[in-house]
Amino acid sequence: MRLNTLRYLLEKEFKQIRRDRFLPKIIFIIPMMQLIILPFAANFEMHNINLSIVDNDHSVTSQQLTNKILSSGYFRLTDYSPHYNEAIKSIESNDADIILEFPQGFEKRLGREGTNELLIAANAVNGTKGGMGSSYLSSIVQNFNAEKGYYPADLVGVKVTATNLFNPHLNYKSYMVPGIMVFLLTIIAGFVPALNIVSEKEKGTIEQINVSPVPKSLFMLSKLIPFWVIGFFLLTIAVGIAWLIYGLIPVGSLGTIYLFAAVYMIGFTGLGLAISAISSTQQQAMFTTFFFLIIFALLSGLFTPISSMPEWAQNITLLNPIRYFVEAMRMIYLKGSHFSDIEGHFFMICFFAVLFNVLAVAGYRKTQ
Amino acid sequence: MNNVSIQHISKKYASIEALQDISLEIQPGELFGLIGPDGAGKTTLFRILTTLLLADSGSASVCGLDVVKDLREIRKRVGYMPGRFSLYQDLTVEENLQFFATVFNTTIEKNYDLVRDIYVQIEPFKHRRAGKLSGGMKQKLALSCALIHRPDVLFLDEPTTGVDPVSRVEFWDMLDRLKKQGITILVSTPYMDEASRCDRIALMRAGKCLSVDTPENIRRSFTRSLWAVQGAQMYPLLNVLRNYPEIYSCYAFGDAHHLTFRHQNVSDNEINALQEYLKTNGYTGVELRKIEPSVEDCFMAL
Repeated sequence: MRLNTLRYLLEKEFKQIRRDRFLPKIIFIIPMMQLIILPFAANFEMHNINLSIVDNDHSVTSQQLTNKILSSGYFRLTDYSPHYNEAIKSIESNDADIILEFPQGFEKRLGREGTNELLIAANAVNGTKGGMGSSYLSSIVQNFNAEKGYYPADLVGVKVTATNLFNPHLNYKSYMVPGIMVFLLTIIAGFVPALNIVSEKEKGTIEQINVSPVPKSLFMLSKLIPFWVIGFFLLTIAVGIAWLIYGLIPVGSLGTIYLFAAVYMIGFTGLGLAISAISSTQQQAMFTTFFFLIIFALLSGLFTPISSMPEWAQNITLLNPIRYFVEAMRMIYLKGSHFSDIEGHFFMICFFAVLFNVLAVAGYRKTQ
Repeated sequence: MNNVSIQHISKKYASIEALQDISLEIQPGELFGLIGPDGAGKTTLFRILTTLLLADSGSASVCGLDVVKDLREIRKRVGYMPGRFSLYQDLTVEENLQFFATVFNTTIEKNYDLVRDIYVQIEPFKHRRAGKLSGGMKQKLALSCALIHRPDVLFLDEPTTGVDPVSRVEFWDMLDRLKKQGITILVSTPYMDEASRCDRIALMRAGKCLSVDTPENIRRSFTRSLWAVQGAQMYPLLNVLRNYPEIYSCYAFGDAHHLTFRHQNVSDNEINALQEYLKTNGYTGVELRKIEPSVEDCFMAL
């Protein structure tokens, strides 16, 4: 009898989801847009840094270095000033982000003493752009030094080479896509069912269910199962899109990804249920959801590396379930980590799944 | 036993006493009315009886089952129609009925005879979404859904609020037919004129039960003679009447004022004196006639 009732409850849910004018669109289109647009837009690699050059030397060497910088593809020459004071004006007018100044007698001194100085001045209003720009610039100059056989005085004999493991071309998209998949699951499993339950409260239909012999747990299950199914479906689509558009295939096993996704979704539906227990309108649920979503997102390492956060913020991320799944997802996708490598992540996600569901049960007990 | 028994039920919301020591006995097969204005506590009482809400004190039983201990069993045996339309607006008429039949582990076919009279009226629209039905049809669908599992006791919370007068009469006719099937019906309404359709009524105000009896007995308990007054300029007339020392009570009642005198038996002389009084105050052609008290008059007198 239970199974039969559950089947009918599920049938009703799917009917309602299908008939909803808004929900099917929001469930499918928005996540897809996120996957297709976000990785391109949320790109921290710096291109098109506007460069202003002040060449006081007019030598072959300065010319060669200029060409090397411009051919790197990161810089765009927007200003060529005879004097630093004029170059600074182009920064003030936002036409340039970085000034590179060759001192007078640059080539001569370099040839004579094997060393010289260049001035790099960066506009630090956009800190990332300024910082990354000047470090790109320095590494190009260092490369140039190496080619020409010059070394800076304090680095004689030392050469630094960096190799990017697992993502050799530092492709930002390969890094973003697995993280966005986690985000998709968070929204679908955690927040859409919560809003759905609250809407039944708002419309009063939950009253009718409450006076029927259907146990509350069965009713909740009928709310969650459809979104778990949709979540797995979306994950599959996302994996497909990652392959088709970004050529990204998980190095590790898909099975591990789905296993993580299953526990993760159960956890977040728990959080969603807890929210639905304390909200009586969709508006309240929406705002509570936003609160968690934004904090979790910004502290998940999805957009900014956790290692560059201050220590207290790093400690907070330990309490963020999204963090663990984003990390695990990237490790599986890019590094091919085995389950045993990310066991710790898995247990943390399990822990949050239990915690959130206990909160949900407590929330519903209290409101009864 | 389809009876409902309420003993000393009280319920408080923050500082508001929604129900204060309510005790009622409703007999099997009775059509029992809870009559009272908004805020009387009717819905709260229904929610306690349908196991949706816990009372602060007191006990209640439905079909001999305790509303706290045996809530699962009670839920199988009662039908509840909340005051607000609360069926799935995005499901069709038929799907809603089917859904509630399944939820109660039964089928439409099994209990069709019970809802047939009501359902045939909305059957032509069975493929229409519930949200697109008119008010009267929504109410019929809600009643069908509350009945589809053949409940022993039916709770109807203000079923006729916001329904046109013709449909209201129809609705009470339907309740009469259901009563004949042996279903105990508890119905609440703010409309005093519907009270006479009930077997017994409880008059409620501000969480208190003022009087419980048959509508007939309640009317009979009104011992003063009641007069209806009609004239021009009704509102100033009300104030003038209230200033007359012999008047016990006077209130606006539809298109007339109802008034009672300080003593029980009113002689013609006293009526003439009142007419004179009105004339001296500039009210001529005021019509006074003796009328039978309605339930509402009794309610006002309580």
